[in-house]
Amino acid sequence: MPLGNNLRQAMVQKNILLMTHIVLGYPSFAVNRQVIAAMVKNGVDLIEMQIPFSEPMADGPVIVKANQDALAAGATVADCLDFAAEMTKKHAIPFLFMTYYNIIFKYGEDAFFKKAKELGIQGFIVPDLPPEEGENFYRLAKEYDIAAILIYAPTTTETRMAKLAATGTGFIYCVARLGVTGQATKFDQPVEDYLARCRKATNLPLAVGFGISSKGDVDYLRGKADIAVVGTATIKLVDSEGVQAVGPFIAGLRG
Amino acid sequence: MEFYGDHMPPVQQKNGYFGNWGGAFIPEVLHQTFCELRAVYAAARQDPDFWHEYKTIMATYSCRPTPLTHAANLSALFAGARIFIKREDLNHTGAHKANNVMGQGLLVKRMGKKRVIAETGAGQHGVATATMAAKFGLACTIYMGEKDVARQRPNVFWMEKLGATVVPVTTGSRSLKDAINEAFRDWVSNVDTTHYVLGTACGPHPFPEMVAWFQSIIGQEARAQILTQFGRLPSRVYACVGGGSNAMGIFQGFMEDDVELVGVEAGGHGLASGRHAARLASQDASPGVAQGYKTMFLQNSDGQMQDTHSVAAGLDYVGVSPILTDLWEKGRVRFESATDAEVLEALDLTMKKEGIIPALESAHAFVQAFKEAPGMSTDEALIINMSGRGDKDIFTIAHAFNDPSWKQFIIDKGAAYAAGK
Repeated sequence: MPLGNNLRQAMVQKNILLMTHIVLGYPSFAVNRQVIAAMVKNGVDLIEMQIPFSEPMADGPVIVKANQDALAAGATVADCLDFAAEMTKKHAIPFLFMTYYNIIFKYGEDAFFKKAKELGIQGFIVPDLPPEEGENFYRLAKEYDIAAILIYAPTTTETRMAKLAATGTGFIYCVARLGVTGQATKFDQPVEDYLARCRKATNLPLAVGFGISSKGDVDYLRGKADIAVVGTATIKLVDSEGVQAVGPFIAGLRG
Repeated sequence: MEFYGDHMPPVQQKNGYFGNWGGAFIPEVLHQTFCELRAVYAAARQDPDFWHEYKTIMATYSCRPTPLTHAANLSALFAGARIFIKREDLNHTGAHKANNVMGQGLLVKRMGKKRVIAETGAGQHGVATATMAAKFGLACTIYMGEKDVARQRPNVFWMEKLGATVVPVTTGSRSLKDAINEAFRDWVSNVDTTHYVLGTACGPHPFPEMVAWFQSIIGQEARAQILTQFGRLPSRVYACVGGGSNAMGIFQGFMEDDVELVGVEAGGHGLASGRHAARLASQDASPGVAQGYKTMFLQNSDGQMQDTHSVAAGLDYVGVSPILTDLWEKGRVRFESATDAEVLEALDLTMKKEGIIPALESAHAFVQAFKEAPGMSTDEALIINMSGRGDKDIFTIAHAFNDPSWKQFIIDKGAAYAAGK
């Protein structure tokens, strides 16, 4: 089933979905395996798995370090693909790949789509591939029926939002504020106005990320967005308190 | 006819592509600011007043036109081509970097932004940006790899004295490419107020083309000067290539001429050692997309960037200007490399014979010119682009020469500071 339909169905049951983010190979694939199991068990609706890259330009310090450490520990693209195959087999929720374009470019766009389809991956988030540079990529996404998730930012104009909505599929990832991943976001009137603009620009579900780390943040997004994205917060949590803290944290986000 | 710097625009295709290379692989959050930058740049490029203002400020603030020096002693020594040196070292702050920062500074004034950020490797671009920010009354933050901060304290000292904030970058290999990533992270957080003064002809469109345009002033001057001083065009022009801005600068003056253009990359410990930064002169690089543009990168088969090495921090970089990659692919520019050891020899010879002190980066171009000059005829001329001066990098060069009395001086000075004197 295409990702968008999948999500709409889930949204009928819950009024906000949870998407989490993990960096593959950080701190190890063994830990990734346990974290994902805990996330799924506690009701996470979809998971973006980041294939590490040496130059993660749009990420903040926590995720940058996770990328570096994963690579230093020897994580390869092939390892990430094998691990993804295992996860999609084991868990019924949708899994996405998040990575930078060079990883896909080096693998070969066609080959990467083919492989992802085989693995049962349902979507891609590639933060450094705007529609202007990704003609072939976004065409392949349609051909393979894998969602190509595009990004809105508070600086995105209405015209641009419309263009992105026409190219993107699955859902739109709304960056809640300017900046990189992992810093706190102040959810205030400008954010509310921005989310209203996003809603107006597209019929696709809206995911909101960047700085979401508490039940309060998730509650705030109810009614304004469809998916809350929790990224850096769980990485930090595993770093400081270990895998066993993940379950209760995730369960607590929707109360 | 007044010259707008537009007589030989690099070949350009769709959306900032030079042949297969370039583009703008940028996060969505920067889309708007790039639209604005492209518009301001395009308007400036059409505007003769802009180029006039640029030339005036470079003449009154940065000693332009820089001279073309006939290196008579080196020419006699090699008994081949007549050697000319384009003296970009005589710019304010000691390198060609001034051309780019002043040009971008004028664009910042047009955009009305109040803050600039920049990356720096060895520190030259950081210092140049800090002077521009001081002159134009802009706030300034410089990102510099933690390793480079430790190696280049004198440049950090000057940046701070000029009023800039220097932020040591602790991610990745803690060098130039990581400073670029960090500058982009700042930019996505502060797009409304801030312009990123990228230091070389790399990065997303319009940076490669725009930086090359500001640097084209080198080639325009050099062409006119060689015609006056030598009576005709040179046979070959040599430039070192890190990101590629000084090379693009001088090459553009001779693009349409029957002049061979030679780019010299950092051979480090030798191409076979794997410890170098030769993207186009070695077989080790492959096409990739990083830091917002497509070019030949030193990377592994997964697309992870590799560590590079050079005695010259300014050449120690994984990527190269997409414009140069295109010219390399089309056979218009020949690429060679010079090892760390050859660079020190050429530097030593140039100092002894001509009383000129090239930067370690620039000395790479001298190496290749010295190799080829003896095989050329005495009726021919060659030009070496001396992108920067070496005397202000005394710590780095003295260290590279492993000079014992310099080391003793530092030890004594350190002991005196430690004793509170």
